[in-house]
Amino acid sequence: MATARFRQRSSYINHAILIFMALTIILPLLVLAFNSIKPSSEFGANPLGFPNEIRLMNYYDAWVNGNYTQIFTNSLTLVIGTLILNLTVSGLAAFSLAVLNPKGIQTIVVGLYLLVGISIPAQLFILPLFLMWKTLYLLDTRIGLIIIYSALNAPFATFLIRSYMLQLPTELFEAAKLDGASVMQLFTRVALPLSWPVFLTTALIVSLTVWNEFLFAITFIITDEYKPISSILFTFQSRFANDYGLVSAASILMAAPIAILFMFFQRRFIAGLTSGATKG
Amino acid sequence: MPKFLTSINAISWYFLFPVIFIHFFVVAFPSILSLLLCLTDWNGFGRINYVGLENFQELFRDRVFKKAVKHNIIWTVMFLTIPVIVALVIAYLLTGIKRGQLFYRLVYFFPYILASIVNCLIWRYIFHPRHGLGGWFENQGIDFLAKSPFAMKETALYAVAWVDMWHFWGFLVIIYLTGMYQVDDSLYEAADIEGATKFQKFRYITLPMIRPIFVLSLIIIIIWSVPTFDYVYILTMGGPAYSSEVVANHLYSQAFQRMNVGYASTIGVMMFFYVGIIVGFFAILRRMGWEV
Repeated sequence: MATARFRQRSSYINHAILIFMALTIILPLLVLAFNSIKPSSEFGANPLGFPNEIRLMNYYDAWVNGNYTQIFTNSLTLVIGTLILNLTVSGLAAFSLAVLNPKGIQTIVVGLYLLVGISIPAQLFILPLFLMWKTLYLLDTRIGLIIIYSALNAPFATFLIRSYMLQLPTELFEAAKLDGASVMQLFTRVALPLSWPVFLTTALIVSLTVWNEFLFAITFIITDEYKPISSILFTFQSRFANDYGLVSAASILMAAPIAILFMFFQRRFIAGLTSGATKG
Repeated sequence: MPKFLTSINAISWYFLFPVIFIHFFVVAFPSILSLLLCLTDWNGFGRINYVGLENFQELFRDRVFKKAVKHNIIWTVMFLTIPVIVALVIAYLLTGIKRGQLFYRLVYFFPYILASIVNCLIWRYIFHPRHGLGGWFENQGIDFLAKSPFAMKETALYAVAWVDMWHFWGFLVIIYLTGMYQVDDSLYEAADIEGATKFQKFRYITLPMIRPIFVLSLIIIIIWSVPTFDYVYILTMGGPAYSSEVVANHLYSQAFQRMNVGYASTIGVMMFFYVGIIVGFFAILRRMGWEV
């Protein structure tokens, strides 16, 4: 009886701490949300609270003044382009490492190569890469950035897809081989349909990193017209420095697609992001 | 076609070729270029002169670089303590409750999926002297946060680190939680019978059992804090007066504002060696059977 009451009280304390920590995250986000619908005249008197007068026009202003149709298209182009290129090369590699020749020397060589690749800080190669891209006329193009993003995400994607394909039953591939399937058919007809869950997870994580990426985005795209959302938002904070309503609305417009995807696929996001760190 | 070109061994190389090619092209080749360029005084346009280790000598005399290294060390130590402790406690508390677990997990993890630029804008506003918290206090007649912590020499680095930690610690919670759920329940039940307190259970069961994942999280933090860039660049640009300059930021300004290709490469090479030493150190520890 006494212990039961003690348990209950300690569980209240647990919840109190947990809620406090949750508030440290929720409140700043709420401030951003409030600001995005606050008229600029209200910021002085009411810096943190819910607006007295709701002004949804901030979103319209952000969309029009920020030329968001163009910017969203740019970011979406980067995401889709990277997904196509990255998932193709990583899927092929993972198939080779997991199914074609899992015990071959390739697994060690390529595995080691990609592991070293992951631990190289981007700052080591960003400047020579910049000069290379300049000479190859890839600088300031979206395709140039797509190639970079695909390469940067390739080790993670390859490892993640490989670890899933390793669990596929080998009998399926043997049976398909007996039916006369070629190696390419083994990939497209057997491996791909069976591993769609891992491709979905990888696609979500790659989309997230590309959408949010900052360093390469500000370095490799110079023309405003081609800039993705993260680097345009960076220029916003000086261009519309005092228009907090507009900047907040623009931030929410950037975060919204990711937040919506997160709500639908939270398990995949969390599993993918943590496995990327703990296995890679 | 000759047989060795169609053997399964050859075919498996064909499938690997695209990923190796693209990764070599984007990461490995320019990295090698960097290793060569650090021995030159190239500025991106003119002749390339070989200068030996002169860049390294200059680097060790570079006041800003020394400052940046110091800040990176402070940064690493902060990240190895504050978010780790908070995340451990929170993850442990989470294992003890049944209702609302999913909600807490989602909330804690949420900032991790937000872009650095969004997180920075949130906190720049909150720490704004005339708006945000400062403005709110001013309206109450309290003189608190009258100056943005990002704009003060004494606090700039810590304020930036605060924002980055705010976005990062929920990630650690999930990592530790995964580890804690793998701990066998019977261990806790046995401890309950022995009359162990909550803290004792944490200290003598949870912590030793999650050691592999815990050590791994520390390695990740050490490695990830070397190239830290976004938050510093967005919030302070390393200022005021280099008070929040970090190594990556120093490299970036040498590279893209001054076009000191040789010098910037030297900084990059130093970062690479540092990460290499840490990775190598843990690889050796693991080899020696020190289960990390």
